[in-house]
Amino acid sequence: MREITYAEAIREAMSEEMRRDTGVLLLGEDIGTYGGAFGVSRGMIEEFGEKRIRETPISEAAIVGAAAGAAMTGLRPIVELMFSDFITLAMDQLVNQAAKNRYQFGGQGSVPMVVRAPSGSGKGAAAQHSQSIEAWCCHVPGLKVVVPSTPYDAKGLLKSSIRDNNPVVFFEQKLLYPVIGEVPEKEFSEDHLIPLGKADIKKEGADLSIITYGRMVHLSLAAAERLHSLGIKVEVVDLRTLVPLDSKTIIDSAKKTGKVLVVHEAVKTGGFGGELVSTIVDSEAFCSLTSPVKRLCGYDVPIPYNKNLEAYAVPTEESIYKTVLGMMQR
Amino acid sequence: MHLTNTVLLELYSKMRQTREFEEMAVKLFAQGKVHGTAHFCIGEEAAGIGVGHALDQDDYILQTHRGHHQAIGKGINLNHMMAELLGKESGCCKGKGGSMHIADFSVGSLGANGIVGGGLPLSVGAALTQQYLGKNAVTVCFFGDGAANEGSFHESLNLASIWKLPVLFVCINNQYGMSTHISKSMNIDDISIRAASYNMKGLSLDGNDVVLVYKETLKAKEYVKKHGPMLMVLHTYRLLGHSKSDAQVYRAKEEVKSWRKKDPILLFRKYLLTEKKIPETVLKQLEDQAAQDILNALAFAESSPEPMAEKLFEDIFAD
Ligand SMILES: Cc1ncc(C[n+]2csc(CCOP(=O)(O)OP(=O)(O)O)c2C)c(N)n1
Ligand SMILES: [Mg+2]
Repeated sequence: MREITYAEAIREAMSEEMRRDTGVLLLGEDIGTYGGAFGVSRGMIEEFGEKRIRETPISEAAIVGAAAGAAMTGLRPIVELMFSDFITLAMDQLVNQAAKNRYQFGGQGSVPMVVRAPSGSGKGAAAQHSQSIEAWCCHVPGLKVVVPSTPYDAKGLLKSSIRDNNPVVFFEQKLLYPVIGEVPEKEFSEDHLIPLGKADIKKEGADLSIITYGRMVHLSLAAAERLHSLGIKVEVVDLRTLVPLDSKTIIDSAKKTGKVLVVHEAVKTGGFGGELVSTIVDSEAFCSLTSPVKRLCGYDVPIPYNKNLEAYAVPTEESIYKTVLGMMQR
Repeated sequence: MHLTNTVLLELYSKMRQTREFEEMAVKLFAQGKVHGTAHFCIGEEAAGIGVGHALDQDDYILQTHRGHHQAIGKGINLNHMMAELLGKESGCCKGKGGSMHIADFSVGSLGANGIVGGGLPLSVGAALTQQYLGKNAVTVCFFGDGAANEGSFHESLNLASIWKLPVLFVCINNQYGMSTHISKSMNIDDISIRAASYNMKGLSLDGNDVVLVYKETLKAKEYVKKHGPMLMVLHTYRLLGHSKSDAQVYRAKEEVKSWRKKDPILLFRKYLLTEKKIPETVLKQLEDQAAQDILNALAFAESSPEPMAEKLFEDIFAD
């Protein structure tokens, strides 16, 4: 397999789908010659031109709404939001328009669009450019929510999201953009599709399950590696998509290990972790539990600017390691 | 531009159907036969019908919450619209939308919107599709005077303008956003001047003159196909309250009375009789037919089944 970065994987996914289907186009701020705020679309304007790589004014509501209107009428737009935090400016178009269109009109139409949303902390961007707000989107029937952790997953999940006939919010964690990983060789690229709604067990283990997604998958794997040397076998379940949610894989893993730690970067209160815990305790896995299900999440604070404070606001490899250790010693 | 009698009578028919539909809806609400709410367009028929009837099958419209006339103008099936009002399975949205979400994609009605200004960005996208695919068609976005103060209005006009999209923005200025008169919600008299900010053509018209609205829409349609978006403001008046329940304490009875004299259907009827010399019997026949159409629609709706409980889970996601 080849190795490329997470950002390149996203660019490859978009480019391949644009070559495959002329109805696919990209809308966003500074996505042309500039290549997007994180360089993800760099070079695409040369191949696809201004008609399909459409630079927009700074008008998030109009961008997302126009994408929804275009999707309703036959195109497959991808929107690049500069930061996921700016979903707030497009919330009506996403929540009241795109997500509800099909249902409220009795199934007449569909809205095949993807909103790509760079998210997460770690870049010193402070409170308005560092949030993890995926739970907001999960709370809206009609939206699908994807948070890939690796280049392999990002590529396969984005291709599936573009081909999906529903609005998909695709969270890309900014710290993952430079992360390198394997993806299928070019000749197998076209068919590299990962279905939405299928979790991936990134590491098998019998003693404790970490249920997580996105960047926290990497930290969990690193912590699991260290715990392994202490003889603790941690299973790391990467959800990949939050909606639809692969409840079965979660429940099966919980049944197998009897101990579950849910990890996400997003703040704890109202976070998706609550849903994950409920999924487990609502199920037959409850009877297999040998200790309370725990959550390790971002603290309930806005992301601060100071480097040390910022790092302290969200789970780390160390805090995951210690939490697991604590659970095992109980 | 000369309009044939056929076109004039089609316009009259649709206006009468709208009036009958609205009066029936008012009655049904009063009788408690429908739940929820609706926003009636009595007094504004010339605007919705004049625009909608000037459009072609391939053209799209996005309606407002007060959009029954807009949908009828575009040619929606009356039975399906009435059934939707009653929340029935045979409704155009299978009973899931109601009055605020009337849509019929098969006639190019991409849906009414419960969010003031919510349709504006969508219309930009629909027009983008038309331009992108090289379609010889336009998108009309209806919105109210109140919606012209939403950010979505400004973002959408700007975006449509820089991309030169074939979208006709139609502001139905009935002078009120709920209880708030435009004089309190904006510091201009004529919303069409906002077009200048986007280097767009703006037009301000008597929205109670259906012939004028129809003709100007035909022209505007060709204009936006060639030159990109345009803003057309239609001045009219909402003769009933904002919605089902509105005591209308914010406006004088005399004001409403004076506008009743400018009822677009009365004006048009007079025009057809005196200037077009259409025999009254012909008009009477169309009026009776419109009333009958609505009775038929009601019979269709009332005899239609309620959606089954399992429909609750249908159409959240497309396959
Ligand atoms: C975003 C939003 N704000 C407020 C409302 C409540 N509301 C519904 S209709 C309306 C008045 C809208 O005025 P206008 O755009 O002039 O349309 P009209 O009702 O006069 O046809 C209001 C305030 C809403 N539905 N959506
Ligand atoms: Mg108004």
